[in-house]
Amino acid sequence: MTALRARFMPPTMPAAKSSSLLPPVGSPWADRTFKWAALLAALTIAALIVLVGWELYAGSRLAIAKFGASFFVSSKWNPVTNQYGALPFIFGTLVSSLIALAIAVPLGVATALFLTELAPQKIRQPIITLIEMLAAVPSVIFGMWGIFVLVPWLRDHLFIWLKNTLGFLPLFQGPIYGPSMMAGGIVVAIMILPIITSISREILRSVPDLQREAAYALGATRWEVIRIAVLSYARRGLLGAAVLGLGRALGETMAVTMVIGNRPEISASLFAPGYTLASVIANEFTEATSDLYLNALFELGLVLLGVTILVNIAAQVMLKSITGGGTGKVY
Amino acid sequence: MNKLFLTAALGLLTAAGASAQLLINGAGATFPQPIYTKWFDEYAKVDPSVRFNYQGIGSGGGQKQILAETVDFGASDGPMSDENIAKAPRTLWHIPTVAGAVVVTYNVPGNPKLKLDGPTLAAIFLGKITKWDDPAIAGQNKGVALPSQDILVVHRSDGSGTSFIFTDYLSHVSADWKSKVGTNTSVDWPVGLGGKGNAGVAGQVKQSPGALGYVELAYATQNKLPYADMKNAAGNYITPSLGSVTEALATATIPEDFRFSMVNPPGEKAYPIAGTTWLLVYAQQKDPAKGQKLVEFLRWAYSDGEKMAAALDYAPLPASVQQRALARVNSIKF
Repeated sequence: MTALRARFMPPTMPAAKSSSLLPPVGSPWADRTFKWAALLAALTIAALIVLVGWELYAGSRLAIAKFGASFFVSSKWNPVTNQYGALPFIFGTLVSSLIALAIAVPLGVATALFLTELAPQKIRQPIITLIEMLAAVPSVIFGMWGIFVLVPWLRDHLFIWLKNTLGFLPLFQGPIYGPSMMAGGIVVAIMILPIITSISREILRSVPDLQREAAYALGATRWEVIRIAVLSYARRGLLGAAVLGLGRALGETMAVTMVIGNRPEISASLFAPGYTLASVIANEFTEATSDLYLNALFELGLVLLGVTILVNIAAQVMLKSITGGGTGKVY
Repeated sequence: MNKLFLTAALGLLTAAGASAQLLINGAGATFPQPIYTKWFDEYAKVDPSVRFNYQGIGSGGGQKQILAETVDFGASDGPMSDENIAKAPRTLWHIPTVAGAVVVTYNVPGNPKLKLDGPTLAAIFLGKITKWDDPAIAGQNKGVALPSQDILVVHRSDGSGTSFIFTDYLSHVSADWKSKVGTNTSVDWPVGLGGKGNAGVAGQVKQSPGALGYVELAYATQNKLPYADMKNAAGNYITPSLGSVTEALATATIPEDFRFSMVNPPGEKAYPIAGTTWLLVYAQQKDPAKGQKLVEFLRWAYSDGEKMAAALDYAPLPASVQQRALARVNSIKF
């Protein structure tokens, strides 16, 4: 219990012992029942993940037997000749999620900083409410807004400007259609912004005032206080917020499929259309008539689960190495 | 007091039991869902003792469920492959119900009426013709101002019967397409962006200058999209309409098992890019009561139901095909 808490929050409160919360005289079974009920709940969640993974594996056996490791390096996706490869989808999922993170994390952390450190009390609650409303908008609405508002604007203004100013980079070369990897990344960024902002806000709020006061006492300016006392203390928690945002970004389906162009190709340019794992499964699952086709789609689902788990593990490893296991306290 | 309550409860239960309806389940294609829903509604007035439940889970799902016999009938926009038919435990019949057309929609300045033929369309979708003012297109549209712009091809990203009919047509008119890409509800498109559903393709075409894509005729007429006249096998440019689709069905070669393709038929007034949708039913019904009700419904569908098709933008079957379908329905055993 304590170890879990120390991951994202500083251990400023003493660990509570279960016996001190219960009345000294009472039913001896309540304690045990509660313990077993809680254990059961935790095991059920773990079992669910294992079950999902097992079902995906069972449903993709034909495809695994036929393609083996070449599934992960092949770029062909042909339902007519029954040749399938996952590489363009893995590429699309990772790239669109990374673009989304690159946009949403700085924006989210900056918003959280503004809300906790700089905003006057009166406007704090309205802004928090607005951000939470962003989370409540269904992703299909974002997709429609993307098709009718975002993509034309990108095609007619932003992409042309990017091509003219940064066109020497391979990222901004090639024909401009509108629906593109970048459009997908931007829409997902908007969708993960609320979760990153609200978690970052909680993390920053939990930084004890003692840290800030100590920095001020040393003669730091406002920005220095934020940088030294707040951000470095909350490093770990903010990285955790980013990982949670990434987890949501990897699985985003509807909004992405409407703006990303749905073309299974790997290209260096951000203007080129792409395709993500979740999008192709959502698009082709209902009409998949042959067994091998269905198994290939199941295998894509297994790959998505695998990518999510791998990314989470990589984030944990990165967390350990950056924060060195400590909490980043100033004193 | 308790006795009164108990009697009332029993009375209600028996009353509910007496008016219990027979429930017949079906699942499959989304293309005919509106007309099937209308038929079920109207038939409930004709015979209130039976209720139909239809789930639009896609042709693939419809085929799988009827093979597994979890539903009483399936529906599919594409005929089942030989591989899938072999999996059926008993004889499974395809019975065509209504037909629809696929039209080519575009976005060029002024949206003039364009004329296209099969080989040109195939070349566009293969990426061989890339500009609007290409001689192949300009030659068929004399007097129309075509921009010197790149053609942005838009196709369906989701698997669908519309794509099946379209790729079937391209396979028939272009040997190149047939060998390189082929026919299926979902293919490896050589060029172009994917839009989800008719709405996705139409939205993409509307938003992008120089775009060209394909949608269902019903969708195009309801949303007032511009579409092209296509050249049929007889050499005439036909405007897509319900009448030209029924013409196509009347002149197509329809084999005994009804698994046919009606693209590029020989008729003078036939529209070349059209397809029918099928119901999948077993020749020998397992449940006699359900089987009888299903057959009665199908008989009604071919006599009265077909008349409602045009109002919902579906092409009804021509009389000759209706007769044959009715004969097949009458030979279902239950």
